[in-house]
Amino acid sequence: MTVQVERTADDMSDAGSSAPGAEELHGDPYGTGEDAHEGRVFTITGGDWDEIADSLGEAPEERIVVNMGPQHPSTHGVLRLILELEGETVTETRVGIGYLHTGIEKNLEFRNWTQGTTFVTRMDYLTPFFQETAYCLAVEKLLGVEEQVPDRASVIRVMLMELNRISSHLVCIATGGMEMGALSAMIFGFRERELVLDIFEMITGLRMNHAYIRPGGLAQDLPPGAVDKVREFLALMPKRMKDIEALCNENAIFKGRTQGVGHLDLTGCMALGITGPILRSTGLPHDLRKSQPYCGYETYDFDVCTWDTADAYGRYRLRMDECYQSLKIVEQCLDKLKPGPVMVEDKKIAWPAQLALGGDGMGNSLDHIRHIMGESMEALIHHFKLVTEGFHVPPGQVYVAVESAKGELGCHVVSDGGTRPYRVHFRDPSFNNLQAAAAMCEGSMVADVIVAVASIDPVMGGVDR
Amino acid sequence: MSDPGAVQKPQPLAVQEAEVIAVRKGMFPNSGGGDTSGYGRLVRRIELPGQSPRPYGGYFDEVENELFGALDEQGLAPELAIERVVLYRDQLTFQVRREHWVQVARTLRDDPALRFELCLGVSGVHFPQEAGHELHAAVPLMSITHNRRIQLETTCPDADPHIPSLYGVYPAVDWHERETWDMFGIVFDGHPALTRILMPDDWPGHPQRKDYPLGGIPVEFKGAQIPAPDQRRAYQ
Repeated sequence: MTVQVERTADDMSDAGSSAPGAEELHGDPYGTGEDAHEGRVFTITGGDWDEIADSLGEAPEERIVVNMGPQHPSTHGVLRLILELEGETVTETRVGIGYLHTGIEKNLEFRNWTQGTTFVTRMDYLTPFFQETAYCLAVEKLLGVEEQVPDRASVIRVMLMELNRISSHLVCIATGGMEMGALSAMIFGFRERELVLDIFEMITGLRMNHAYIRPGGLAQDLPPGAVDKVREFLALMPKRMKDIEALCNENAIFKGRTQGVGHLDLTGCMALGITGPILRSTGLPHDLRKSQPYCGYETYDFDVCTWDTADAYGRYRLRMDECYQSLKIVEQCLDKLKPGPVMVEDKKIAWPAQLALGGDGMGNSLDHIRHIMGESMEALIHHFKLVTEGFHVPPGQVYVAVESAKGELGCHVVSDGGTRPYRVHFRDPSFNNLQAAAAMCEGSMVADVIVAVASIDPVMGGVDR
Repeated sequence: MSDPGAVQKPQPLAVQEAEVIAVRKGMFPNSGGGDTSGYGRLVRRIELPGQSPRPYGGYFDEVENELFGALDEQGLAPELAIERVVLYRDQLTFQVRREHWVQVARTLRDDPALRFELCLGVSGVHFPQEAGHELHAAVPLMSITHNRRIQLETTCPDADPHIPSLYGVYPAVDWHERETWDMFGIVFDGHPALTRILMPDDWPGHPQRKDYPLGGIPVEFKGAQIPAPDQRRAYQ
């Protein structure tokens, strides 16, 4: 590996067919150990600082290339920033990603449509419900059953997404504060997020990676006591959020660190395809929940928050405001919850089993097991077919977008008429928004890079997928 | 673009057929043995939706008229640039010939009646059986001004995997095109630095292509071997 991060397009035109030969790889100075002679060795990091210093040419003592990350506590996971410095000033920023690439999109093509939610929920692990909803809305659109999804399922989806927006924003504020040294903000943020995760755990059984939203509806209905728990949370949360606001909003150090930092105006946002809080911090009230509603968002009363400073401070204030709006939506969700099914009627799509709590923990409901094992051969066949084979989705492609906590989360799904996705691509907002890191950081101090990246709120699980 | 003369005889839009992406026989893939199921002679053509009849409804007709008018004004016959217009599940997709990819995108961005100012990335798809159009690239566009959404799509053959880059029109596609190059091997001509982005720099092959194996090892569970996901029996 060298510091050569970007090659020219000319280099690539002939690279299409060139897999590196074995001797080429074994000639690598970083791969000459005993192990290197067995199998293929890939080196993706490292580099010789002497080479880097030589490549800088004149006055290398004043220009420094700093490799920040991928294992740096303030780069939000495995993000690698390559900064070129003159003194304390950043003159060039390059972003290296891919360290958390797990091939989720490829894996999806080898499981059936319902199993897909288990994968997509792991992409951006701070906003699992947004990925699940985007994926399920796309599959439902391909199936042509959007109208048949029961109201109760949509209301619960909205409720979970808004709670998820709060927890995601709290992590952003918490880690962003921590990276600046505001450890109290971190403690408050994570403490409050825990309240949301407790609700998730009660409803879905897991704190994250839920796979609770399924094509056609939900995995199961709300458990008893869930509504009361959410009401408790709604009563408690405004007070807790005031704590964070009292700590940060007018804090001279906090303002000094964030105001005017990470500036990106509307023109820059449009050119770079930025959406979400970064775009709204420039003053443009663009929010898909209002402009292109899904899951019945048009029936909820809420405001699209904006700010006009286009900097890290504005984004912090905007996220706090959005949390209040989300609480407002969750409250309306509780009022809208009416008893009813949470899965489409169509038995060719709806998952046959329901979960129930037994003596040895959560599992398939005993009533259902009794039905398929003891009463109806057809039910057993149906269960077996749907669980092992899955349902067929008509050929075609759709692109469905939801407003995630970080911006527009798009899901492009292609079906070839089979029981597995032909191709699923996620347009993750963090992936796109990270492109703005260079525009936000260049010309600023090194310490401001941390603040600017934190205000983008990238989650590498989503960026690398 | 190595073969600019490929589009000399544009067909009128209405007669173009749907894209056949696969022809399948039987119920199970790769049935090496005899036809014990009785379904072996079942033949199905898997088609993606083709050219849709007008009117499309909603704002789609207006978008199409404005786009075709604007292309006409620039001296480019719309049927030369746009292969077909597909309306599927309330979403409109313009399938653009790659020679005119950039011009169509620029028109969609700049025309005051269109104003698709937000580009939401590039998504590649690989159809190995669609000879001459193996690689697809889909680009969703959004107009915040008019609150509209459309998709653009273009194709290129596997033998000549080149598509002009949209970087000059929408800088936002920078990383998305790098990702599509990385995953599918589509070369976006004119991209300033088309390098791998998710895979390591020296990775051989393009993982999202259909001829690239998923990999994985068999798992033993309670004495039984469960094959890797791509080796398990699949249904069609």
